[in-house]
Amino acid sequence: MPKDGIGAPMKRREDLRFLAGDGRYTDDINLHGQAYVWFLRSDVAHGRITRLDTAAAAAMPGVLRVITAEDFAHAGGMITAWQVTNRDGTPQAEPKHPILAEGKVRHIGEPIAGVVAETLEQARDAAEAIELEIEELPAVVDMAAALAPGAPKLHEDIDSNLCFDWGFVDDNKAKVDAAFESAHHVTTLELVNNRCVANAMEPRAAIGLYDRPMDHYTLYTTSQNPHVIRLVMGTFTLQIPEHKLRVVAPDVGGGFGSKIYNYNEECFVTHAAKLVGRPVKWTATRSEAFISDAQGRDHVTKIQLALDKDGMFLAFRTETMANLGAYLRLFATVTPTYLHGPAAGGPYRTPVAHVHVKGVFTNTVPVDAYRGAGRPEGSYQLERVVDKAAREMGIDQAEIRRRNFVKPEEFPYQTPMAVVYDSGNYHATLDKLLELSDYAGFAKRRAESEARGKLRGFGFSTWVEASGLAPSRLIGALGARAGLYESATVRVNPTGGISVLTGTHSHGQGHETVFAQIVADKLGIDAGLVDIVHGDSDKTPFGMGTYGSRSAAVGGSAIAKATDKIIAKAKKIAAHLLEASDADIEVADGKFTVAGTDKAVDWATICLTAYVPHNYPMETLEPGLEETAFYDPANFVYPAGAYGCEVEVDPDTGAVTVMRFVAADDFGVVLNPVVVAGQQHGGIAQGISQALLEHTVYDESGQLVSGSLMDYAILRAGDVPGFTVDHSCVTRCEHNPLGVKGCGEAGAIGAPPAVVNAVVDALQAGGYGIKDIDMPLTPSRVWAAMHEG
Amino acid sequence: MELEGTRQIRAAPDLVWAAILNPEALKTCIPGCESLTGSPEEGFEAVVVQKVGPVKARFNGQVTLSDIVEGQSLTLTGEGKGGPAGFAKGGAKVRLEPEEGGTLLSYTVEAKVGGKLAQLGSRLIDGFAKKLAEDFFERLKTAVEPPEEASEAEKEAAEDSEGTGPGDTPEGGRKKGWFKRMIG
Repeated sequence: MPKDGIGAPMKRREDLRFLAGDGRYTDDINLHGQAYVWFLRSDVAHGRITRLDTAAAAAMPGVLRVITAEDFAHAGGMITAWQVTNRDGTPQAEPKHPILAEGKVRHIGEPIAGVVAETLEQARDAAEAIELEIEELPAVVDMAAALAPGAPKLHEDIDSNLCFDWGFVDDNKAKVDAAFESAHHVTTLELVNNRCVANAMEPRAAIGLYDRPMDHYTLYTTSQNPHVIRLVMGTFTLQIPEHKLRVVAPDVGGGFGSKIYNYNEECFVTHAAKLVGRPVKWTATRSEAFISDAQGRDHVTKIQLALDKDGMFLAFRTETMANLGAYLRLFATVTPTYLHGPAAGGPYRTPVAHVHVKGVFTNTVPVDAYRGAGRPEGSYQLERVVDKAAREMGIDQAEIRRRNFVKPEEFPYQTPMAVVYDSGNYHATLDKLLELSDYAGFAKRRAESEARGKLRGFGFSTWVEASGLAPSRLIGALGARAGLYESATVRVNPTGGISVLTGTHSHGQGHETVFAQIVADKLGIDAGLVDIVHGDSDKTPFGMGTYGSRSAAVGGSAIAKATDKIIAKAKKIAAHLLEASDADIEVADGKFTVAGTDKAVDWATICLTAYVPHNYPMETLEPGLEETAFYDPANFVYPAGAYGCEVEVDPDTGAVTVMRFVAADDFGVVLNPVVVAGQQHGGIAQGISQALLEHTVYDESGQLVSGSLMDYAILRAGDVPGFTVDHSCVTRCEHNPLGVKGCGEAGAIGAPPAVVNAVVDALQAGGYGIKDIDMPLTPSRVWAAMHEG
Repeated sequence: MELEGTRQIRAAPDLVWAAILNPEALKTCIPGCESLTGSPEEGFEAVVVQKVGPVKARFNGQVTLSDIVEGQSLTLTGEGKGGPAGFAKGGAKVRLEPEEGGTLLSYTVEAKVGGKLAQLGSRLIDGFAKKLAEDFFERLKTAVEPPEEASEAEKEAAEDSEGTGPGDTPEGGRKKGWFKRMIG
């Protein structure tokens, strides 16, 4: 076994450059002759543009051109990747999403014009000289208000502010309602899943370049999926065919979903580079990130759970409004529907369920997938209602879950939400949680807290998600406009080094380390011989990028498949050199050996032979050693976990302190435990941050009043204790070659309900009858809830 | 957000009323006002520099007077665009009632911001608007009240600065009663 094979705790190789400040991000790239763009953005949430005169701005020093919607008359709007079908069989509403505002503005921050100038300062100054008048229209921010008759309507090209009205699984609705009719107990909970701003550390940036003699464009951009941008921006929006456009996403400093989508600014710089004949660069300020990056979550939900007298779940149903903001971005409609519904049943055997979601347009910044994307909203509503049901029925929180879990022997398990869970052992992760969290010792810790005048609570969250996006045939049937396979090329060089080209993209995940381990493991060579190449559409084969915890499960599987092809060919070369049959060749420790003999050739000899084929089976084998594989998963993967959060609440102030957090996860086969632990820590921190701090607030006129890091709070390291994370409970994924499930979004999915349930537990134990409490659990909200009850 | 307040002014209601309708007086009373032109009938054009939290901007805007009940009450509405800083809007309903020794001025004020000002300064807006309103009505009071018995030294100081116009003293404080002298 190589020392850095699958399962080895190899340190992240990319951190050498990140920690030394040697990363190369989009903003680090400066092209000869580059100009800069500053965007004039709407400062009202809804209005009609009555005057837009750019003449004075165009005459300002250094200005190359002031670009408005007229310059994009040839282009289409930005597209959305999924067609959701309404309950009545009609398709979702898809209003046009222009690159620059066309006559109307619909949210704060919507770009209206871009000034391209020699320097950023000149562009900024000139933007002030644009004469803009907007007749303000009534704005609508609240979803219920947006759906009410007579509400201000955002889009003239659709009937109302309703984008879709989706039920899942609609055929089960009658059965679900019948189960409620005969239930022993019904628990009802209304809740809000608060809107988050992703706030990746690196703000978005983009540089457009146009090569006139070649009629070829290049876009450098902060993207999680350069090929997707090339396809959707190039082909569908700007109408540039793929071979005339290269998209490069170099080092990217965090995405969390917000860097999946094709953005206005990317379209702008690509086309502007042609208009002005110079490269055009844009880097967002943090303020711009708040008003132009897609935001996350924002669901208002009523969930009901029906139980029998033993606390067995009979059915659940939800009524949700999902805020889409003013326009649809790429995954806007799939996130609250097909990324939300299929795993909404969690780890439980609930026989029937119905999820009903209305997608609503409002005068707010567009909303799209954010770490977990639809699944955090699902786990949050379910784990909170389960927690409440257990309290109402007087059943222990661990017991009610254990009682309702899918049993280990029931896998593969056909859920009522259309999908089949291939593997899992929810009892094992719960037991591991109870052990690691010393649940038995909680009463003692609570007494100790009480002695100090504090209320202590323990909150559970046992969750399952559907990730590893996605089986193309299935999602195609559900309305996806793309496939979600992944590609890999394993390029063996003549002297044995390997370049692995992947269609996934690493923006913090550690692909450059983990993917090398896969190849090294299979060939039995040192991981140092393997480099990972990603993020450049001219280098890597067509691939769908990184989101939905898909990189290891789908991208890693493609790499494994391509490596298998390399091994098959290498065996033929070895068989020729060793005068044996390739069926008898075994691979271990970088050597190709005739089974049962000591006849062997090493990896270096195989590679050299492939490229210097003097002694080679030319009649039956091509020279060279390079293979490409595309891998389309047979199913989603279903990572699961049991989380326990312990909090203290100060009854005088309502302040919540997280005392302990334990995560017992089942991610299938762990490729690198250090990298997995890093993903767990990051996801949990993000989940706690949503539960306690993060809140995106618009006033009634659609102004974003939490538009800076002075008002929008994000968790800091000092706000939480060290987490205990475990991934020793392993059930292999049954359908991918590595046996892996996803780990990237787990923490953000599992943590928020654990935190909120812990606070509810603390308050109830302290004698406060809390009915409703919504994230973020700021001291004022907790205190108010204590004193309303 | 709405604010309410009152001021007791040692001047007759008709004098206070005249000051509110007078561009020169308004310019002096609006904190940070660099210029103000126009008339009560046509509305005023104003340039005002203000700083809200971290955002400083020069606002170009209109001030209009409405709901006018001669000598008794009116509404002042202002809307200013601050370029990249966003915009600010506000209004004040002002009522004048005669009382012994002068006028009781009562007001309700509301303020609203948009764009970058809202993004960065919303939590500061209440305090900002309160201070702005207090400054405005304090300056108005100062403009119309007769001078108090001042010491000789203060009188001299006041005479020394006679050459400068009332609008050039940001506090408007040293020239007590200048408005009456101006119109008188």
